Amino acid sequence: MKKITEMLKKVFSKKYRQRTVSYLIVVLAYLIIETAIKTGSISNTIKSLLVPTCSYIVAALALNLLIGYLGDLCLGQAGFMAVGAFFGAVASVFFSRFISGDVPVLILAIIVGGIAAGLCGALIGIPVLKLQGDYLAIVTLAFCQIIKTLLLNLYVGIDSKGLHFSFITDNTNMDPDGILVIKGAIGANVTKKLSSFTAGILLILFALFIIHNLINSKHGRAIQACRDNKIAASSVGISVSRYKLLVFVISAVLTGMAGTLYGLGFSSFKASKFDFNLSILILVYVVLGGLGNMTGTIISTTLLLVIPEALRAFNDYRMIIYSIVLIAVMLISNNAMIMYYLKQFKDHLKKMFPKRRTE
Amino acid sequence: MKFLSYLISGIRLGSIYAIIALGYTMVYGIAKMLNFAHGDVIMIGAYVAFFALYRAGFPLVAALLASVAVCTILGITIEKLAYKPLRSATSLAVLITAIGVSYFLQNAALLLWGSTSKIFPTILDYGFIELFGGELKISYQILITIATCIVIMVCLTLFVNKTRMGKAMRACSEDKDAARLMGINVNSVISLTFAIGSGLAAVASVLLCATYPTVTPTLGSMPGIKAFTAAVLGGIGSIPGAFLGGLLLGIIEVIAKVYISSELTDAIVFSVLVLVLLFKPTGLLGRKTSEKV
Repeated sequence: MKKITEMLKKVFSKKYRQRTVSYLIVVLAYLIIETAIKTGSISNTIKSLLVPTCSYIVAALALNLLIGYLGDLCLGQAGFMAVGAFFGAVASVFFSRFISGDVPVLILAIIVGGIAAGLCGALIGIPVLKLQGDYLAIVTLAFCQIIKTLLLNLYVGIDSKGLHFSFITDNTNMDPDGILVIKGAIGANVTKKLSSFTAGILLILFALFIIHNLINSKHGRAIQACRDNKIAASSVGISVSRYKLLVFVISAVLTGMAGTLYGLGFSSFKASKFDFNLSILILVYVVLGGLGNMTGTIISTTLLLVIPEALRAFNDYRMIIYSIVLIAVMLISNNAMIMYYLKQFKDHLKKMFPKRRTE
Repeated sequence: MKFLSYLISGIRLGSIYAIIALGYTMVYGIAKMLNFAHGDVIMIGAYVAFFALYRAGFPLVAALLASVAVCTILGITIEKLAYKPLRSATSLAVLITAIGVSYFLQNAALLLWGSTSKIFPTILDYGFIELFGGELKISYQILITIATCIVIMVCLTLFVNKTRMGKAMRACSEDKDAARLMGINVNSVISLTFAIGSGLAAVASVLLCATYPTVTPTLGSMPGIKAFTAAVLGGIGSIPGAFLGGLLLGIIEVIAKVYISSELTDAIVFSVLVLVLLFKPTGLLGRKTSEKV
């Protein structure tokens, strides 16, 4: 019993509180939604949103690692997601020829998608080391457009001899038993939806685990030092470029995994879905959730995906309302006067309900 | 001869990109923000010009002036309502606000004018000029587009380098606080920058619609991204850079479309940007800044 209370105390201590809360929120949300599904009190539209929501959350967490802890703006999340989705789709069809059972195939596909996106991340990471600020943002944006254009012209087929690739036109020349998995502009066709809500939640927990353990380690402190002052960091012997590349690749791997999860949640999907707007959408989730705040990212992503659904009644006006809300939130959260009154209100509350000292 | 005609149509496209890129680059140079709503100002300009020409039956020049007026007012209003309160906020907050404004304009247009594309009436159709014994045909429309871009470039360069207001603009882009101490009204300089940028967006929208005559609520996003790329390619914040970047991007786009592959055009255009930034991290004509401790 004593051990348990001791553990609880440690888990909720200042150092670990943020992590614990983020894990708890995810698990709680899972339990609530699962019971809602079991009792049948959830509509089909919401049900179909569950897997995309999970993958957006993972992609937003990965972006928050990049912006919040490395301080670099990336506008190419959709590109990494696309790489993950397409490579994951091919991998899932490929592996399902040898392995029966959805779960191992999904896991393998997610790993392949993550690795593919990670390699792309390393590739784009080379210019990242030389650029700063807005120039970096535009390179990642350009990268996202390049990936989208290439994937729009990619043809991949699988038959008994293995994988066949072709570009721009369909020259895969497969055996009659072959399946064309990626059909250029028509998109990928995986025939079987492998992703599930449970898999999505597990992926979120995995991403949280990786991110929290990274940022609370020696490397995490080095990364934050690079963000706060590059020159000071390198003067105490931190290799800035190495850490930048490390974070970039980790973020890309997680985003790729999110992409695989997203892609395999549909029986078919197009490359044009992973456009600049998707990158922007994920960026909005991260900024509204708070930079460096993983719990905030999870909550804001969920809310911002739910709000447009809830506004379905105002169909024509919902995107206008969404954009006004976006501007208003930014104006209010940056208004010194409102924030001052908010702080006074908080202090007032603290005075009314003083905390007991635990020491 | 074929190559020459492709080159000229590349320069035409590049001129339009250059005019849009000027809006991005001036706003960036002075307010240090990426104005993502710029592409949507172009879209509004195109709709205004469309209604002025088609519904109200204005002559071309009057339609152009109406479009410029509306866009200028729109630009100043956006700046006053959305960006001015965020002067001291982080650049990311301003970026998200700009994205919000962009969504707002797009969806307002969708609500007001519907998603069906409107066919822009043929304007600037004055026939061809023939060179080399009829081997090379250049339409007057192309010549007008290129000439407009050059006139705008010259006027803007003169304005920024020779006038008092231009001097104030350069001072603000160097150091806002120092400029304020010297008695420059920084807010009005920023408003003026937005006004010029948005007015140029209106000109670009008419030229763009003369080339691609369909008007939709998402008309501005792709030219917006391309022009933004052009601004970065030339060195964001630099006016000649925007001109050079725009022209280069237009030429590369057309040549790549014709000689390499029409499907891969976008990939080639953006690869050029990545390659240029690899060797010149602040763009072709961008200023190098060294970091101080």
